Amino acid sequence: MLRKFFASRWGIIGTGAFIGVFAPLLQKWGNPGNMGICVACFERDIAGALGLHRADVVQYMRPEIIGFVLGAFIAAYLFKEFRSRAGSAPIVRFVLGAFAMIGALVFLGCPWRAMLRLAGGDGNAVFGILGLVGGIWVGTWFLKGDYNLGRSQETHTAVGWVLPIIMLGFLALILLFPQVEGQDKSGVLFYSIKGPGSLHAPLFIALGVGLAVGILAQRSRFCTMGAFRDLILFRQTHLFLGIVALVVVAFITNLILKQFHPGFINQPIAHTMSLWNFGGMVLAGLAFALAGGCPGRQLFLAGEGDGDAAVFVLGMIVGAGFAHNFGLASSPQGVGPHGIAAVIIGLVVCLLIGFTMRKKIA
Amino acid sequence: MSNTVDARGLSCPQPVLLTMERIQKIKKGEIAILVDTDTSKENVSRAATSQGWKVKGIKSEGTGYRIMIAKK
Repeated sequence: MLRKFFASRWGIIGTGAFIGVFAPLLQKWGNPGNMGICVACFERDIAGALGLHRADVVQYMRPEIIGFVLGAFIAAYLFKEFRSRAGSAPIVRFVLGAFAMIGALVFLGCPWRAMLRLAGGDGNAVFGILGLVGGIWVGTWFLKGDYNLGRSQETHTAVGWVLPIIMLGFLALILLFPQVEGQDKSGVLFYSIKGPGSLHAPLFIALGVGLAVGILAQRSRFCTMGAFRDLILFRQTHLFLGIVALVVVAFITNLILKQFHPGFINQPIAHTMSLWNFGGMVLAGLAFALAGGCPGRQLFLAGEGDGDAAVFVLGMIVGAGFAHNFGLASSPQGVGPHGIAAVIIGLVVCLLIGFTMRKKIA
Repeated sequence: MSNTVDARGLSCPQPVLLTMERIQKIKKGEIAILVDTDTSKENVSRAATSQGWKVKGIKSEGTGYRIMIAKK
């Protein structure tokens, strides 16, 4: 019964609406502006907390990400769907994850944040969403041309536990080394004392919302990339209804919370270089399409035992390290010194992957 | 059997793409689709239904499912 509900239209709408309520609320409770939830930004903050990059304004072990994976893990076990599988070109998935992150950080947000920025009145998000759709459109062209990364194989149950256990390890680190007021380091973890990394909702609230989203999204298969992909490829609106619900409900919630500020200039953690807001998300959208899921979906898949999705997630975290160490990530002042070069290189790499990894599957 | 689509181990949206391809090729009849995740099971069933095909039955097979779809 419950299983049927989640697979239905109302299941996906409910998940989008839940995110639409709780993302703006997380912002109200302390998360950065129009960043109640952002999978790319939060994985980037995790990379910072671990010291994989040393951009001192974006260092925080985000409990939401931990909750997403563990929530999906719990849901998969409750509904007997946990299945360890791996081996579908993991190295390619790692590279796609890294470039997806680099593209997202040129725009400054994953597809979820693109929707949340739109729902908060940030007009620059429109260019990001157009880029996202453009990148996914190119991806569908490859999918129609027999692009695929090969089959995954069933494997030891413990393989599927690896990313959930890493997340439990991250949770243990926050509990062992909590933030000390005014200090940028606690034990092994780095913290931000200014900038978006210093803005966060209370730990257990963030973790609780993360777990709930993880459970709902695992059940309903919520995916922002799939939403556009299925619309373009099959004229199917099922997943698309989820993101429509997210944007509409987040918009209403922002109005109620007085967090809706329409405009282009001085939007929180955003820049106005429209071409690169577009270009960054073309790269991210293409990488997501080639990997079969948006960054959120990759976390939920990893939680239900997909080792290849877990590799994509690690690729994103490492990609965030490169993005900040190499000056690829944007800031409110505009794109980073090497951001444009990185987008072009990323597009070339994704196109090479799309063109060279094709095989007819009978 | 020629009308079996083996979509086990494939990422989204490959199982649906392969099902749609086969549907367009044979127009009517019966197709068995093998998948290995619940997501693929739901997606393939939804896609077949949207094309006017009926899901005749879903059986567990190995660690996945065999989905039978048909159109007269």
